[in-house]
Amino acid sequence: MSYVLLRHRDIPDIGKLSVYKEHGGFEAFKKAVTKMKPNEVTDTVKASGLRGRGGAGFPTGMKWSFIDNKNWPHYVVANADESEPGTFKDREIMESNPFQFLEGVAIASYAVGAKAAYVYLRGEFWQIAKFLDEKIAEMEKAGVLGEKLFGTDYSLNIYTHLGAGAYICGEETAMLESIEGKRGQPRIRPPFPAVHGLYGKPTVVNNVETLANLPMILANGADWYKSLGTPDSAGVKIFSLSGRVRKPGNYELPFGTTFRQLIYEHGGGVQDGRPVKAIMPAGASSSFIVADDKVLDTQMDYATVRTLGADLGSASVIVIDDTVSLDWVINKTIHFFKHESCGKCTPCREGTYWMMHLIDRLHADGCTSADVDLLLNVARQMQNKCLCPLGEFSTMAVVTGIERFPQDFGKA
Amino acid sequence: MAKQVTLTIDGKPITVDEGMLVVDAAKKAGMDIPVFCYHPKMEPVGMCRMCLVEIGRPMMDRSTGKPLLDEKGEPKLQFLPKLETACTNPVSDGMVVLTQSEKAKAGQKSTIEFLLTSHPLDCPICDKGGECPLQNLTMAHGPGRSRFLYDEKMHLAKNVALGDLIFLDQERCIQCARCIRFQDEIAGDAVLGFDERARSTRIVSLSDPEFDSVFSGNTTDICPVGALTTADFRFGARPWELNASASICSQCPVGCNITFNTRREARADGRIVIKRVMPRQNEEVNETWICDKGRFAFHYVESKDRLNKPLMRKSGKLARVSWDAATKFAGEALTKAKKNLVVLASGRLSNEDLFNLKALADQVGGKAVLYSGMGGGDLTSWVGVGQGTNLGGMGKGSTIVVAASDLYEEAPIWYLRIKQAAQRGATLIVANPRETKLDRYANFVIRYSYGDEGKTVQDLTKKGKIGDAFVKAENALILYGSEGLGLQGSTALAAACARALNDTGHVGRLNNGLIGVWQRANDQGAWELGFRPEENLQAVFDKADAVYIAGADPFGDGLLKIKNAKTRPFIAVQDLFENETAKLADVVLPAQAYTERDGTFTSGERRVQRFYPAVPALEGPKPDFAITSQLAKQMGVILEGTSASVVFEIMVADQSSFAGLDYAKLAEVKSQWPIVGRGDLYYGGTTYENKDGLGVQLSNSAQRGEKFSLPRVQKVVALRPKEKKLLAVPITKLYDRGVTVSSAELLEQRIGEIYIALHSSAAELFKVSAGERVRLSLDGVSAEVQVRIDDTISAGVVLVPRSMGLPIHEPTAASVKSIRKAAVR
Amino acid sequence: MSLAKKYPKEVKQILAKYPPEYKRSAVMPLLYLAQSEEGCITRDAMQDIADTLEISVTDVGAIVGFYTLYHDKKEGKYRMQVCTDLPCALRGADQFMESLCSNLGIKIGETTPDGLITLEAVTCLAACDRAPMFQVQSRDGLKYYEDMTVDKTMELIEALRHVDKETA
Ligand SMILES: Cc1cc2nc3c(=O)[nH]c(=O)nc-3n(C[C@H](O)[C@H](O)[C@H](O)COP(=O)(O)O)c2cc1C
Ligand code: SF4
Ligand code: FES
Repeated sequence: MSYVLLRHRDIPDIGKLSVYKEHGGFEAFKKAVTKMKPNEVTDTVKASGLRGRGGAGFPTGMKWSFIDNKNWPHYVVANADESEPGTFKDREIMESNPFQFLEGVAIASYAVGAKAAYVYLRGEFWQIAKFLDEKIAEMEKAGVLGEKLFGTDYSLNIYTHLGAGAYICGEETAMLESIEGKRGQPRIRPPFPAVHGLYGKPTVVNNVETLANLPMILANGADWYKSLGTPDSAGVKIFSLSGRVRKPGNYELPFGTTFRQLIYEHGGGVQDGRPVKAIMPAGASSSFIVADDKVLDTQMDYATVRTLGADLGSASVIVIDDTVSLDWVINKTIHFFKHESCGKCTPCREGTYWMMHLIDRLHADGCTSADVDLLLNVARQMQNKCLCPLGEFSTMAVVTGIERFPQDFGKA
Repeated sequence: MAKQVTLTIDGKPITVDEGMLVVDAAKKAGMDIPVFCYHPKMEPVGMCRMCLVEIGRPMMDRSTGKPLLDEKGEPKLQFLPKLETACTNPVSDGMVVLTQSEKAKAGQKSTIEFLLTSHPLDCPICDKGGECPLQNLTMAHGPGRSRFLYDEKMHLAKNVALGDLIFLDQERCIQCARCIRFQDEIAGDAVLGFDERARSTRIVSLSDPEFDSVFSGNTTDICPVGALTTADFRFGARPWELNASASICSQCPVGCNITFNTRREARADGRIVIKRVMPRQNEEVNETWICDKGRFAFHYVESKDRLNKPLMRKSGKLARVSWDAATKFAGEALTKAKKNLVVLASGRLSNEDLFNLKALADQVGGKAVLYSGMGGGDLTSWVGVGQGTNLGGMGKGSTIVVAASDLYEEAPIWYLRIKQAAQRGATLIVANPRETKLDRYANFVIRYSYGDEGKTVQDLTKKGKIGDAFVKAENALILYGSEGLGLQGSTALAAACARALNDTGHVGRLNNGLIGVWQRANDQGAWELGFRPEENLQAVFDKADAVYIAGADPFGDGLLKIKNAKTRPFIAVQDLFENETAKLADVVLPAQAYTERDGTFTSGERRVQRFYPAVPALEGPKPDFAITSQLAKQMGVILEGTSASVVFEIMVADQSSFAGLDYAKLAEVKSQWPIVGRGDLYYGGTTYENKDGLGVQLSNSAQRGEKFSLPRVQKVVALRPKEKKLLAVPITKLYDRGVTVSSAELLEQRIGEIYIALHSSAAELFKVSAGERVRLSLDGVSAEVQVRIDDTISAGVVLVPRSMGLPIHEPTAASVKSIRKAAVR
Repeated sequence: MSLAKKYPKEVKQILAKYPPEYKRSAVMPLLYLAQSEEGCITRDAMQDIADTLEISVTDVGAIVGFYTLYHDKKEGKYRMQVCTDLPCALRGADQFMESLCSNLGIKIGETTPDGLITLEAVTCLAACDRAPMFQVQSRDGLKYYEDMTVDKTMELIEALRHVDKETA
């Protein structure tokens, strides 16, 4: 099978405009602008079954159809913040297959009538931002971005905007605040960005990988895309595999691939041949999946993973083997979230700080059962009360770690 | 009327306006949902998570648009798995809110517990103790016991000066951002912000000077914990030891409703003293805010320099005498003067005082002169704003013109409310020769040259877009001031404004008319009662046989000089202080401060409002009106009215615009929104509830249908100084060296040095630079002043702030000289 | 001198990205520009940016405080930011960091005595498959170094030291 997203692995120079064009580049965008009405593009994407790759898995076409057509202008924002520990897929797309991603941004913009789109990159992607700026300039020169495209009235500009070190800016409303030149703190929702987004205008926010699918969907049709993957989760997904595996990296595979295939066939198995103990399928925000034979043979798609008590999220699969104790793992995740809490809402700001003290105490003195109980209790107490999902994320590993691996916390 | 929706909160059906937030709907129905970050005057942010409740919404049948029903025929409800914030969710029909369910209560309790993990338990020494929302809500909703280890609490700085007026205790701060949001949304001075993030989040101010805002004190009122305190009050007293008396701020014509908090104090020899000034809610005047001048400048009433005994000139020297001796002495001299008696009084006095003074002058055929450098108050009586005017209710369809006034400096709360009216959609036109803070919110900014004020306003109705915005507005108001103007110029400006309003039908109705931005709290009252300023005060003085001066210091202000010691009139002074005028007087009568008695002021919006005694009177001084009637008695004139309220009654009988008023009417209140005070501290802040009167706005001639004829607009010949000279114009600063401010030590830094402002090209011409000290000379006086550069004024002008030590009453020629150069030579 | 005067082209380009009525959006790119100028963001630079964008200097400071890649203090010329987050740590990042500390003789957060390197531990940099790794932040921007060993890192530091001496 040839690649859908990581096409540079098939076509090494696809990052060059001429090569991209030779391989049908920008045809999809041109077709959309010259031959399709915006809502036809949306309908095609709806029919393809494409779901957001940023974590929530929300149907992309449906998201676009929520955009408020009474309020103009509209904006598209590409989420290239990629800060979830364990996620490194968007980076590869942008570094190696940039035009396909940018064409995706253009298609989404046309579909929702946006004349300006922003690519929000985490500040660490400083070099990628410069690189994309060059690619955007090349596209402008080639006439696929700018005024009156393909002889129509449609105009589009794409701009990059760099963050500066804040995981929370991956959350879409915090990202909008950040583009507006403010502290990256989430807004209360509703109203959702589709109604009140960037500069108070209707805005669509999509992940880089989501957007990179669009040219291929328009080129090959919704049915083709739907035929890949599972009925619940159409298409292919880039799995960022990391942790205690022999060959960590990005693997573009159809939904429905099993954990075992990912870890053993593609990832070369666990280091030192140890058994898999736990899997975090969605980075540091994951619940732990207790890995046994049956679980390893489970298909990876949104619905099936949920039956394991976890979310697939952005499919950043962190593999933990039996040499690792989960109290050490949650020590890492708690410190991460404590550092990245934006500080806006009480349960997250105070809760992550409190959890950090508790886990530090556990490590300093060894586990006492009462301290573990308190940690579990504090994490539970944070749940369903935070302003945005970050606070909730910070509790997932803690709660499922203690519940599913009690032996690692001195509780048998 | 807005569409009504019906919901139930804890089983109680409630009908409210569509769009209202759940938290407000509950409050309206007398139910409390606890909040910290939510404040009814600010946009909701939903960040503290204190107001967590369960919300169920009827499920709708997509095809019919009707609610789905369950087996019992009741609408099916959908509850989210997450608790929701009552402060961010608007009400909707059929909504069911549970604030007391197991789940909701657990949510509220956990927020308190989270907040307390880093909050110190120092209530016994905290300024907010006793009126602290966190303390109260912890009692009501919190857990009984701390599970957080005390040793793991954050230890942070407890005395961070966020500027010279406000202190921050970083440990107590709960990051609700009320203060930051107040400064940004309401005050328009975004000088507070959060630094860092997560648990390290803390409040900072980077402005220069820090916390550079004249509204800073309000943040201490709305801070729901003891994190923000004023430099003045902190560690000063416990809230429960304080008595509260209703009053009116005496610092400017807005007439903010305030409360004086007082306490008996050992440090003050057991006297009862004022500990702090707090806003008192009056949604039509100051809402729940006051400016920092009103909050911090009150100290003059308690100054050690207050006069406490009558003084009489004996063999050239002022000596302490009894009241009888002093009034007898003065009475004789005043009687002799008869129609050559001049009463000179200022708007620092109350209506009652001014009425008696005017009555005395009238009875002997003398003259009552208003001590004011600004004219036009007769016009504001005719075409002033109509009864019921409320800046807070103005928005789309209204046009507000501000001419020749820097409201931020002259009447901060008007600034704040007009800014908000503009943000609600009112058209704002700011006409001023230089940039002012209000420009930012203006739809149209008109820059004219000093001297062109009248013409500018006359043109207002003519010019295209601006003309339309004014003429076609449903409602139009003009506020005019005395930026760069003396009496003559401001009188002409007032006439131009009055005509513009009258010609376009913007008089005699609420939210229409003219407002004078006076320099004193009760100037409007003085005009109502017939006091008029004099263009040539010196001539009036020279011709008089006796002058009776109350609440004014014309000699100190450089407006009067003794030209001939032999023929000079007899001078009687009635004041709080032994000012320059008193030092020249033949008799000095000590007056009570307004905090020691009752009375009324008339605000610039012509609202008559009562103030009440807050502290016991000093032994010795008497209320002004009483001194006047005692003097009158000596002169054989009977001024009845032993108390302020009786004087008021007599005044009402005499003055048509006051018809129907009495003290009881002025003391009436009605319910206001938002709800503040008492148990509602956490909701609206520590602002006082208004229990003592909202005051009554006077009707005006236009409204009463009386005939009046507006004067022609006098052509003012603009002064054109010769080469090498500049046109010096007076401007008004909030913090100056006036008698009502200068005793507030706390404000010393904000008052700062006397300065002048020049255009950079003028500075170049005179070879002076920013920050440099130079010599400014005008009208035969000169002073060393600091130079500031303001490139929004024209090159031929030098701005001179009033009441900073260099007398300036109207535009005049001035010269600037560098002293650095002289020194080098 | 103000950024707008010193870098008129860059500032104009930055402002052109955003709708004119939302200039405030330019605050982050302008802060990067200021940081490349001074190595950190000074109070004067914040004021300059505030004036350019017509926002308060406190608002600018609040941004600097929120985002970790802005620094208001001058530290090492190169900030070596090692990812020690979970995925990297599962691949030995903590041990790598420890060896770096002992080789450089400094603790996390400290700067080498010659002012060359500030060693920092940071959260995930989206390079989890190439641990141990770090990025180097300097006036010239950011650069990733992946699949690193302690030896390779020490060589890099020597090279940086060398460049530093030459340019000085
Ligand atoms: C704390 C937090 C961090 C997030 N980080 C990212 C991210 O780095 N990249 C991303 O694409 N989406 C991230 N998301 C999800 C976005 O909010 C948003 O749902 C997504 O960009 C939508 O795009 P999609 O529909 O294409 O997935 C994050 C969400 C949260 C709550
Ligand atoms: S949950 Fe955390 S990150 Fe989200 S708003 Fe609250 S404090 Fe900020
Ligand atoms: S979240 Fe509702 S009051 Fe703070």
